[in-house]
Amino acid sequence: MSDNWKTICAKADLTPNTGVCALLEGEQVAIFWESKNDKLYAVSNYDPVGEANVLSRGIMGSIGEKIVVASPLYKQHFCLETGACLEEEEHSLKTYSVRELDGEVQLQVA
Amino acid sequence: MSKQRIVVVGNGMVGHKFIDNLLQDEKRDDFEIVTFSEEPRLAYDRVQLSAYFSGSTAADLAMTDEGYYNQNGVNFVLSDKVVEINKADKYVVTENGRKEAYDKLVLATGSFPFVPPIPGKDQEHCLVYRTIEDLEAITASAKESKVGVVVGGGLLGLEAANALKNLGLKTHVVEFAPRLMAVQLDEGGGKLLRGKIEELGVEVHTEKNTQEIVAGEECRFRMNFADGSFLETDMILFSAGIRPQDELARQFELETGERGGIVINNNCQTSDENIYAIGECALWGGRIFGLVAPGYTMAKVAVSHIASQGQGGSEEFTGADMSTKLKLLGVDVASIGDAHGNTPGAQSYTYNDEVGQVYKRLIVSEDGKKLLGAVLVGDVEAYGNLLQMMLNDMDLPESPEGLILPSVDGAASAGLGVDALPETAIICSCYDVTKGQLQEAVANGAVDMAGIKATTNASTGCGGCAALAKQVLDSELSSLGYEVKNDICEHFEYSRKELADIIRVKKIKTFDELLESHGKGHGCDICKPAVGSILASFWNDYILKEEHMSLQDTNDIYLGNMQKDGTYSVVPRVAGGEITPEKLIVLGEVAKEFGLYTKVTGGQRIDLFGAQLQDLPLIWKKLVDAGFETGHAYGKSVRTVKSCVGSTWCRYGVKDSVGFAIDIEDRYKGLRSPHKLKFAVSGCTRECAEAQCKDVGVIATENGWNLYVCGNGGMRPRHADLFATDLDDETLIKYVDRFLMFYVRTADRLQRTSVWLENLEGGLDYLREVIIEDKLGICEELETEMAANIGNYQCEWKTTIENPEKLKRFSHFINSDERDSNLAFVKERGQIRPATKEERIAAVEIVDAVEALNSAESIAEAEVA
Repeated sequence: MSDNWKTICAKADLTPNTGVCALLEGEQVAIFWESKNDKLYAVSNYDPVGEANVLSRGIMGSIGEKIVVASPLYKQHFCLETGACLEEEEHSLKTYSVRELDGEVQLQVA
Repeated sequence: MSKQRIVVVGNGMVGHKFIDNLLQDEKRDDFEIVTFSEEPRLAYDRVQLSAYFSGSTAADLAMTDEGYYNQNGVNFVLSDKVVEINKADKYVVTENGRKEAYDKLVLATGSFPFVPPIPGKDQEHCLVYRTIEDLEAITASAKESKVGVVVGGGLLGLEAANALKNLGLKTHVVEFAPRLMAVQLDEGGGKLLRGKIEELGVEVHTEKNTQEIVAGEECRFRMNFADGSFLETDMILFSAGIRPQDELARQFELETGERGGIVINNNCQTSDENIYAIGECALWGGRIFGLVAPGYTMAKVAVSHIASQGQGGSEEFTGADMSTKLKLLGVDVASIGDAHGNTPGAQSYTYNDEVGQVYKRLIVSEDGKKLLGAVLVGDVEAYGNLLQMMLNDMDLPESPEGLILPSVDGAASAGLGVDALPETAIICSCYDVTKGQLQEAVANGAVDMAGIKATTNASTGCGGCAALAKQVLDSELSSLGYEVKNDICEHFEYSRKELADIIRVKKIKTFDELLESHGKGHGCDICKPAVGSILASFWNDYILKEEHMSLQDTNDIYLGNMQKDGTYSVVPRVAGGEITPEKLIVLGEVAKEFGLYTKVTGGQRIDLFGAQLQDLPLIWKKLVDAGFETGHAYGKSVRTVKSCVGSTWCRYGVKDSVGFAIDIEDRYKGLRSPHKLKFAVSGCTRECAEAQCKDVGVIATENGWNLYVCGNGGMRPRHADLFATDLDDETLIKYVDRFLMFYVRTADRLQRTSVWLENLEGGLDYLREVIIEDKLGICEELETEMAANIGNYQCEWKTTIENPEKLKRFSHFINSDERDSNLAFVKERGQIRPATKEERIAAVEIVDAVEALNSAESIAEAEVA
């Protein structure tokens, strides 16, 4: 795999409009499936405000045009496209490349 | 300068109000306050006295307590009447010989009940209705009586009649005048009131002059009337008027009125400038004011004058409006201004509906432009508007009759827009709140009635101004550009209540369905849990079904309460707080095996902390196998029913509170609601289960259960309200079924029952009408909905552990069995807890939770200072 994609799980393992947490080379990555447009997103699983590894367990939604997840701890909203924290600029998330290939969910290794 | 000594004689409602106002004054530190009361207790709400007979205690009626006075340096002496005033040397002497000097003296001695000089009036079972001691005597006498007569058909007399009726006596009202409430109502109104009261089974006898009270044949007494008729009764309650307690004034030469009362000027000063008189004992402009609101105004004026130290600019008392609106024996009556049309030239409009039992009369000025007074019986909705019109001297509309005629063809009645009211208009007379003050409250952030009540106290007294206050609120909100929208979020243009109706009526079963038909966008963390909750309330599906999964909030989604580090707590249900030794042992063993932190909760059950995702299914399998169920500690749902020991073991218990608590908890467990619901059942009035701060509280009495609703602890504690008394198990359950489903249907998102009630138009009375009298005709539906919920109940954890697909989700990673490496615990008091940031940095010994508990030698203990 020259462009370094790692299979995490089967697409069928995901529940629509929820997140799961992947272990990628020692990093925790939250993968979300937005099922209306059948789009995948991946951001860091670590909530920089609540300081715990919980973002994959948050509720997804939209604020205006942005697709976001709300942290389960204190409900800050993070844009899944860019990783930006809507309430606190300084706490943005690292984003990852994610795709579906042949029914599998894959993350790109750096 | 040393402090001025203020001595207050009498600690009734007005005396206490004076003290309270003085304590709030900015000059309060200039004064030292001493007060004497002839009663054995501090001020209590005499206006709500009748509540004593529907379950309220003396403590409930108390307006203050020793703690408050002590904290504020107010010296108080109870059961000691002031009997002498020395005006020259400025001191008073009490019955017990205590001498107290004063700089200013305030007489707030109130009144005493007038008993007409009828031979035989001093016998046992001939009582009056004023103090709590009187009520205790009435209650005691009622136990030995079957028939009761109230002498006096005025305001207080009818309240007393209600009390006797509630005590189970055959009740009669005997009135000297030709009609009831002769002061406030005219002939037409009095006639209608009589009719309605008689329908309730209370017999009314007017134009009866009692000559003597002698021994009766069938009852204890016989009352012989001047016209030759008689009436037999076992108890006689005199409520024939009040007389001011002005003996001190008479004896010590302060000016009094011909027919009683201590004369005061506009500053509430008596004929001695250092002595004030306020409340019912005072006479101003030849009038005594027998309502509490004018008394409060006098208290305010007296404080203002005393605090001003004679430098002028203080408030003045210039009379008070005696308009009143109340409910007597369930009948709405209201009287405004010159109800009898005594003003020269006055004319009237009258609407008398004998079929609908409504009577309304307007008294207008000779030129027809101004409203002078009004009488309303049976329908008092117009009271607020009419009162404002009269008080603010506003011009009547073109066709004033429209104010009292029912609207025809849906045309809006010729009412009064609140916008026409001046800012100085007093909306709430109990707390002296003007329209301007309400507007200010809105500008400062109050957006609903609960907010208005909290910041201004408007509508928290008699509640008569509620409709008007709300009109001011709404008008102000819209003029501030605030769209009185209650949309739940950007995705739905509906309030939670509207969504609940849509879901229920159209039988919508999923969020996607609802979003498709009534919403836009992708939903969010506001609407998804709210809709999830509504769906659960009506259809009670397993919440982790695929179509509901994405709606679940932080704690529901993994059926556990997420803690600050992402681990979870485990709370099995312990219905009624009762648990066997065997089950306790299981909990201890599970906690040990998994290295969990244990603590007993306020809800009388046990909480296990520190469980990681992958451990949850294992933990719960052990719990379910041992007979436990989920405790729903993670949901906006029914939580627990606390109980006290009750009659099974306790010396004082009157009923089996534990048994009933368990039944109730087992019935409602699993119900999801707009906010969490907490219950309690106490086995006697000592109330050890603290039911009065619960959403649903139950207290046992000898006659059955008393049901309380809409209380809560937490950020804004609120005492529950007494809803119904003397209920048997079945009736109580029926009411609670209905109450809960009505709350589920109509509350706002995350609105506790207390706030919901505060915002409910018509308040507790309306709630009783809906739940007990079935005013909306929905009770059968409500009960059916509850029954469906109960029928669909399943233990969510049991369902989950039996479902391998669902169990797969209980893992930190989807592609690994590894645990979250970021977790760190330290030990404190023999158990684990999450390490703080500082502890991590300092590399304090991090403890492996399970090993810490299991292995004695290999532990490196981190002692936490």
